Amino acid sequence: MAARLKLLSQAAAVMVVALLIALLGWQIAKAEDARGLSAAVAAGKAPPAPGFVLESLEGDEEISLADFRGRPVVLNFWASWCGPCKDEAPMLQSAWERYDDRGLVVLGIDAQDLRVDGRRFAERYGLTYPLAYDGNGSTLGRYGLTGFPETWFVSRSGRLVGEHVTGALDEETLERNIQVLLGAE
Amino acid sequence: MRRLLVATLLLALAGPTAASASEQRPTLADLEDEVVCPVCTPETLEQSNSAVADRMRAFIRQRIAAGDTKSEIKEKLVAQFGEQVLAAPSKRGFNLLAWALPLVGGLLAGVALGVLALRWRRGREPTGPLEASSNGRRPLDPELEQRVDEELARFDT
Repeated sequence: MAARLKLLSQAAAVMVVALLIALLGWQIAKAEDARGLSAAVAAGKAPPAPGFVLESLEGDEEISLADFRGRPVVLNFWASWCGPCKDEAPMLQSAWERYDDRGLVVLGIDAQDLRVDGRRFAERYGLTYPLAYDGNGSTLGRYGLTGFPETWFVSRSGRLVGEHVTGALDEETLERNIQVLLGAE
Repeated sequence: MRRLLVATLLLALAGPTAASASEQRPTLADLEDEVVCPVCTPETLEQSNSAVADRMRAFIRQRIAAGDTKSEIKEKLVAQFGEQVLAAPSKRGFNLLAWALPLVGGLLAGVALGVLALRWRRGREPTGPLEASSNGRRPLDPELEQRVDEELARFDT
Protein backbone atom coordinates (compact mmCIF):
# COMPACT_ATOMS: atom_id res chain seq x y z
CA MET A 1 0.00 0.00 0.00
CA ALA A 2 2.81 2.38 1.02
CA ALA A 3 4.79 1.49 -2.12
CA ARG A 4 1.73 2.16 -4.27
CA LEU A 5 1.16 5.52 -2.58
CA LYS A 6 4.80 6.44 -3.13
CA LEU A 7 4.56 5.49 -6.81
CA LEU A 8 1.38 7.53 -7.22
CA SER A 9 2.87 10.64 -5.61
CA GLN A 10 6.00 10.29 -7.75
CA ALA A 11 3.84 10.02 -10.88
CA ALA A 12 1.86 13.10 -9.82
CA ALA A 13 5.08 15.08 -9.25
CA VAL A 14 6.43 14.06 -12.67
CA MET A 15 3.13 15.07 -14.28
CA VAL A 16 3.17 18.50 -12.62
CA VAL A 17 6.76 19.11 -13.78
CA ALA A 18 5.88 17.94 -17.32
CA LEU A 19 2.87 20.26 -17.36
CA LEU A 20 5.00 23.23 -16.28
CA ILE A 21 7.61 22.46 -18.96
CA ALA A 22 4.84 22.18 -21.59
CA LEU A 23 3.41 25.56 -20.48
CA LEU A 24 6.84 27.17 -20.71
CA GLY A 25 7.35 25.67 -24.19
CA TRP A 26 3.96 26.95 -25.31
CA GLN A 27 4.73 30.46 -24.05
CA ILE A 28 8.12 30.49 -25.81
CA ALA A 29 6.57 29.17 -29.05
CA LYS A 30 3.88 31.87 -28.91
CA ALA A 31 6.46 34.63 -28.43
CA GLU A 32 8.56 33.19 -31.26
CA ASP A 33 5.51 33.18 -33.56
CA ALA A 34 4.92 36.88 -32.94
CA ARG A 35 8.61 37.66 -33.48
CA GLY A 36 8.55 35.49 -36.59
CA LEU A 37 5.77 37.64 -38.04
CA SER A 38 8.09 40.60 -38.46
CA ALA A 39 10.82 38.41 -39.97
CA ALA A 40 8.32 36.83 -42.37
CA VAL A 41 7.15 40.26 -43.54
CA ALA A 42 10.75 41.41 -44.00
CA ALA A 43 11.37 38.28 -46.11
CA GLY A 44 8.34 39.13 -48.26
CA LYS A 45 6.40 36.02 -47.19
CA ALA A 46 3.14 37.92 -46.52
CA PRO A 47 1.93 35.96 -43.46
CA PRO A 48 -1.76 36.21 -42.51
CA ALA A 49 -2.53 39.12 -40.18
CA PRO A 50 -3.67 37.86 -36.74
CA GLY A 51 -7.41 38.50 -36.41
CA PHE A 52 -9.07 40.40 -33.57
CA VAL A 53 -12.39 41.78 -32.44
CA LEU A 54 -12.24 44.87 -30.23
CA GLU A 55 -14.59 47.54 -28.97
CA SER A 56 -14.45 50.87 -30.74
CA LEU A 57 -12.79 53.67 -28.78
CA GLU A 58 -16.21 55.26 -28.37
CA GLY A 59 -17.49 51.94 -27.01
CA ASP A 60 -20.57 51.92 -29.22
CA GLU A 61 -19.64 49.09 -31.62
CA GLU A 62 -17.28 46.20 -32.25
CA ILE A 63 -14.45 46.46 -34.73
CA SER A 64 -13.04 43.33 -36.30
CA LEU A 65 -10.12 43.14 -38.68
CA ALA A 66 -12.19 40.73 -40.76
CA ASP A 67 -14.71 43.54 -41.39
CA PHE A 68 -12.15 45.17 -43.67
CA ARG A 69 -11.42 42.12 -45.82
CA GLY A 70 -11.23 43.27 -49.43
CA ARG A 71 -9.79 46.68 -48.46
CA PRO A 72 -6.15 47.58 -47.84
CA VAL A 73 -5.57 48.50 -44.18
CA VAL A 74 -2.91 50.60 -42.47
CA LEU A 75 -2.95 49.12 -38.97
CA ASN A 76 -1.51 51.54 -36.44
CA PHE A 77 -0.97 50.77 -32.74
CA TRP A 78 -0.85 53.87 -30.56
CA ALA A 79 -1.52 55.30 -27.08
CA SER A 80 -2.30 58.85 -25.99
CA TRP A 81 0.67 58.93 -23.60
CA CYS A 82 3.12 58.06 -26.38
CA GLY A 83 5.06 61.07 -27.72
CA PRO A 84 5.81 59.89 -31.28
CA CYS A 85 2.14 58.90 -31.70
CA LYS A 86 1.30 62.58 -31.58
CA ASP A 87 3.67 63.29 -34.47
CA GLU A 88 2.26 60.64 -36.76
CA ALA A 89 -1.46 61.07 -36.00
CA PRO A 90 -1.94 64.02 -38.47
CA MET A 91 -0.02 62.06 -41.12
CA LEU A 92 -2.32 59.06 -40.76
CA GLN A 93 -5.43 61.24 -40.84
CA SER A 94 -4.17 62.89 -44.03
CA ALA A 95 -3.51 59.47 -45.67
CA TRP A 96 -7.04 58.32 -44.69
CA GLU A 97 -8.55 61.38 -46.39
CA ARG A 98 -6.26 61.21 -49.43
CA TYR A 99 -6.75 57.52 -50.24
CA ASP A 100 -10.37 57.15 -49.20
CA ASP A 101 -11.49 56.97 -52.84
CA ARG A 102 -9.12 54.04 -53.42
CA GLY A 103 -10.64 52.07 -50.57
CA LEU A 104 -7.72 52.44 -48.15
CA VAL A 105 -8.58 52.13 -44.45
CA VAL A 106 -6.51 53.47 -41.61
CA LEU A 107 -7.33 51.49 -38.49
CA GLY A 108 -5.95 52.75 -35.19
CA ILE A 109 -5.70 50.59 -32.08
CA ASP A 110 -5.43 52.57 -28.88
CA ALA A 111 -3.78 50.13 -26.49
CA GLN A 112 -2.80 50.13 -22.79
CA ASP A 113 -4.35 53.53 -22.40
CA LEU A 114 -7.14 55.18 -20.46
CA ARG A 115 -10.17 55.28 -22.71
CA VAL A 116 -10.93 58.90 -21.81
CA ASP A 117 -7.37 59.90 -22.75
CA GLY A 118 -7.64 58.05 -26.05
CA ARG A 119 -10.88 59.85 -26.89
CA ARG A 120 -9.35 63.21 -26.01
CA PHE A 121 -6.36 62.41 -28.22
CA ALA A 122 -8.62 61.52 -31.17
CA GLU A 123 -10.56 64.74 -30.69
CA ARG A 124 -7.46 66.88 -30.39
CA TYR A 125 -5.95 65.54 -33.64
CA GLY A 126 -9.30 65.37 -35.45
CA LEU A 127 -9.01 61.63 -36.17
CA THR A 128 -11.97 60.39 -38.19
CA TYR A 129 -10.65 56.96 -39.20
CA PRO A 130 -11.85 53.86 -37.29
CA LEU A 131 -10.36 53.59 -33.81
CA ALA A 132 -10.47 50.44 -31.70
CA TYR A 133 -9.72 50.23 -27.98
CA ASP A 134 -7.46 47.53 -26.52
CA GLY A 135 -6.95 48.62 -22.92
CA ASN A 136 -5.53 45.32 -21.71
CA GLY A 137 -3.27 44.97 -24.75
CA SER A 138 -4.72 41.64 -25.92
CA THR A 139 -3.56 42.18 -29.52
CA LEU A 140 -0.04 43.33 -28.71
CA GLY A 141 1.47 39.89 -28.11
CA ARG A 142 -0.01 38.48 -31.33
CA TYR A 143 1.56 41.27 -33.36
CA GLY A 144 4.84 41.06 -31.45
CA LEU A 145 4.72 44.70 -30.39
CA THR A 146 7.70 46.00 -28.46
CA GLY A 147 6.54 49.58 -28.02
CA PHE A 148 4.41 52.40 -29.38
CA PRO A 149 3.77 53.37 -32.07
CA GLU A 150 4.04 50.44 -34.49
CA THR A 151 2.42 50.06 -37.89
CA TRP A 152 1.57 47.07 -40.07
CA PHE A 153 0.11 47.01 -43.57
CA VAL A 154 -2.66 44.48 -44.21
CA SER A 155 -3.51 43.59 -47.82
CA ARG A 156 -7.02 43.10 -49.23
CA SER A 157 -6.67 39.36 -48.67
CA GLY A 158 -5.72 39.86 -45.00
CA ARG A 159 -1.97 39.37 -45.32
CA LEU A 160 0.85 41.45 -43.88
CA VAL A 161 2.82 43.17 -46.63
CA GLY A 162 5.28 46.03 -46.99
CA GLU A 163 7.25 46.79 -43.84
CA HIS A 164 6.62 46.40 -40.14
CA VAL A 165 7.38 49.92 -38.95
CA THR A 166 8.48 50.19 -35.33
CA GLY A 167 8.50 53.75 -34.01
CA ALA A 168 7.06 56.86 -35.61
CA LEU A 169 6.22 56.84 -39.31
CA ASP A 170 7.60 59.48 -41.63
CA GLU A 171 5.83 60.69 -44.79
CA GLU A 172 8.13 58.76 -47.11
CA THR A 173 7.81 55.41 -45.29
CA LEU A 174 4.05 55.75 -45.07
CA GLU A 175 3.69 56.62 -48.76
CA ARG A 176 6.03 53.81 -49.87
CA ASN A 177 4.07 51.23 -47.90
CA ILE A 178 0.69 52.53 -49.01
CA GLN A 179 1.81 52.07 -52.62
CA VAL A 180 2.84 48.48 -51.84
CA LEU A 181 -0.50 47.95 -50.11
CA LEU A 182 -2.55 49.33 -52.99
CA GLY A 183 -0.66 47.14 -55.45
CA ALA A 184 -1.02 43.97 -53.34
CA GLU A 185 -3.88 41.49 -53.59
CA MET B 1 -3.35 43.34 32.84
CA ARG B 2 -6.43 45.50 32.61
CA ARG B 3 -4.53 48.12 30.57
CA LEU B 4 -3.28 45.42 28.24
CA LEU B 5 -6.82 44.22 27.64
CA VAL B 6 -8.04 47.74 26.91
CA ALA B 7 -5.12 48.37 24.53
CA THR B 8 -5.81 45.09 22.69
CA LEU B 9 -9.47 45.96 22.39
CA LEU B 10 -8.67 49.43 21.06
CA LEU B 11 -6.25 47.98 18.51
CA ALA B 12 -8.80 45.40 17.39
CA LEU B 13 -11.36 48.17 16.90
CA ALA B 14 -8.93 50.56 15.20
CA GLY B 15 -7.79 47.98 12.59
CA PRO B 16 -11.11 47.59 10.76
CA THR B 17 -11.87 51.31 11.16
CA ALA B 18 -8.62 52.29 9.42
CA ALA B 19 -9.28 49.77 6.64
CA SER B 20 -12.80 51.06 6.24
CA ALA B 21 -11.58 54.69 6.07
CA SER B 22 -9.10 53.71 3.37
CA GLU B 23 -11.90 52.00 1.46
CA GLN B 24 -14.35 54.90 1.75
CA ARG B 25 -11.90 57.81 1.43
CA PRO B 26 -8.81 56.44 -0.30
CA THR B 27 -5.68 58.44 -0.96
CA LEU B 28 -3.41 58.06 -3.97
CA ALA B 29 -0.88 56.31 -1.72
CA ASP B 30 -3.53 53.71 -0.75
CA LEU B 31 -3.91 52.71 -4.39
CA GLU B 32 -0.43 53.29 -5.81
CA ASP B 33 0.99 50.06 -4.41
CA GLU B 34 -2.06 47.98 -5.35
CA VAL B 35 -2.07 48.88 -9.04
CA VAL B 36 0.63 48.04 -11.58
CA CYS B 37 1.77 50.03 -14.57
CA PRO B 38 0.54 48.04 -17.64
CA VAL B 39 3.61 48.71 -19.77
CA CYS B 40 6.20 48.08 -17.06
CA THR B 41 4.73 45.09 -15.17
CA PRO B 42 5.51 44.10 -12.43
CA GLU B 43 6.30 47.67 -11.33
CA THR B 44 3.54 49.24 -9.29
CA LEU B 45 2.44 52.84 -9.90
CA GLU B 46 4.44 53.75 -6.83
CA GLN B 47 7.63 52.48 -8.47
CA SER B 48 6.97 53.59 -12.03
CA ASN B 49 7.83 56.90 -13.68
CA SER B 50 6.39 55.94 -17.08
CA ALA B 51 4.01 58.26 -18.94
CA VAL B 52 1.09 55.84 -18.59
CA ALA B 53 1.71 55.55 -14.83
CA ASP B 54 1.52 59.38 -14.62
CA ARG B 55 -1.81 59.31 -16.47
CA MET B 56 -3.13 56.57 -14.20
CA ARG B 57 -2.15 58.57 -11.11
CA ALA B 58 -4.00 61.58 -12.56
CA PHE B 59 -7.04 59.36 -13.20
CA ILE B 60 -6.95 58.05 -9.61
CA ARG B 61 -6.73 61.61 -8.24
CA GLN B 62 -9.75 62.61 -10.34
CA ARG B 63 -11.78 59.64 -9.13
CA ILE B 64 -10.83 60.35 -5.50
CA ALA B 65 -11.95 63.94 -5.96
CA ALA B 66 -15.20 62.66 -7.46
CA GLY B 67 -15.80 60.65 -4.27
CA ASP B 68 -15.23 57.11 -5.57
CA THR B 69 -14.34 54.38 -3.08
CA LYS B 70 -11.16 52.37 -3.40
CA SER B 71 -13.02 49.37 -4.86
CA GLU B 72 -14.82 51.55 -7.37
CA ILE B 73 -11.56 53.07 -8.59
CA LYS B 74 -10.00 49.63 -8.90
CA GLU B 75 -13.02 48.36 -10.82
CA LYS B 76 -12.74 51.28 -13.24
CA LEU B 77 -9.07 50.54 -13.82
CA VAL B 78 -9.77 46.82 -14.31
CA ALA B 79 -12.54 47.66 -16.81
CA GLN B 80 -9.96 49.49 -18.90
CA PHE B 81 -6.71 47.61 -18.43
CA GLY B 82 -7.95 44.16 -17.40
CA GLU B 83 -7.34 42.17 -14.20
CA GLN B 84 -3.58 42.31 -14.76
CA VAL B 85 -3.59 45.93 -13.64
CA LEU B 86 -4.03 44.73 -10.03
CA ALA B 87 -0.86 43.97 -8.10
CA ALA B 88 -2.65 41.10 -6.32
CA PRO B 89 -5.36 39.00 -8.00
CA SER B 90 -8.95 39.59 -6.89
CA LYS B 91 -10.44 37.08 -4.43
CA ARG B 92 -13.17 35.77 -6.71
CA GLY B 93 -13.69 33.37 -9.60
CA PHE B 94 -10.66 31.69 -11.12
CA ASN B 95 -8.34 34.17 -9.35
CA LEU B 96 -9.32 32.59 -6.06
CA LEU B 97 -6.98 29.75 -7.04
CA ALA B 98 -3.99 32.08 -6.66
CA TRP B 99 -4.94 32.60 -3.01
CA ALA B 100 -6.06 29.04 -2.29
CA LEU B 101 -3.19 27.12 -3.89
CA PRO B 102 -0.43 28.33 -1.52
CA LEU B 103 -2.68 27.50 1.46
CA VAL B 104 -3.52 24.04 0.08
CA GLY B 105 0.15 23.52 -0.80
CA GLY B 106 1.22 24.47 2.72
CA LEU B 107 -1.40 22.19 4.20
CA LEU B 108 -0.34 19.27 2.01
CA ALA B 109 3.32 19.86 2.86
CA GLY B 110 2.40 19.87 6.57
CA VAL B 111 0.51 16.59 6.23
CA ALA B 112 3.38 15.03 4.26
CA LEU B 113 5.89 16.14 6.92
CA GLY B 114 3.65 14.72 9.66
CA VAL B 115 3.36 11.36 7.87
CA LEU B 116 7.13 11.24 7.34
CA ALA B 117 7.82 12.10 10.99
CA LEU B 118 5.40 9.40 12.10
CA ARG B 119 7.06 6.80 9.87
CA TRP B 120 10.51 7.81 11.02
CA ARG B 121 9.44 7.46 14.64
CA ARG B 122 7.88 4.05 14.00
CA GLY B 123 11.06 2.92 12.25
CA ARG B 124 13.04 3.67 15.38
CA GLU B 125 10.71 1.75 17.69
CA PRO B 126 11.54 -1.92 18.52
CA THR B 127 9.75 -4.31 16.20
CA GLY B 128 9.26 -7.27 18.57
CA PRO B 129 7.53 -7.29 21.96
CA LEU B 130 9.69 -6.35 24.87
CA GLU B 131 10.30 -9.06 27.39
CA ALA B 132 10.83 -8.11 30.95
CA SER B 133 14.41 -8.62 32.10
CA SER B 134 15.95 -8.34 35.50
CA ASN B 135 17.03 -4.71 35.01
CA GLY B 136 13.84 -3.71 33.19
CA ARG B 137 15.69 -3.12 29.91
CA ARG B 138 15.32 -4.89 26.62
CA PRO B 139 16.96 -8.38 26.74
CA LEU B 140 20.17 -8.90 24.76
CA ASP B 141 20.29 -10.90 21.58
CA PRO B 142 21.00 -14.57 22.71
CA GLU B 143 23.98 -14.85 20.36
CA LEU B 144 25.45 -11.61 21.70
CA GLU B 145 24.74 -12.66 25.25
CA GLN B 146 26.59 -15.90 24.66
CA ARG B 147 29.59 -14.02 23.27
CA VAL B 148 29.65 -11.67 26.27
CA ASP B 149 29.53 -14.67 28.62
CA GLU B 150 32.42 -16.29 26.77
CA GLU B 151 34.50 -13.11 26.89
CA LEU B 152 33.82 -12.65 30.60
CA ALA B 153 34.71 -16.29 31.25
CA ARG B 154 38.01 -15.72 29.42
CA PHE B 155 38.76 -12.78 31.71
CA ASP B 156 37.97 -14.83 34.79
CA THR B 157 40.47 -17.48 33.78
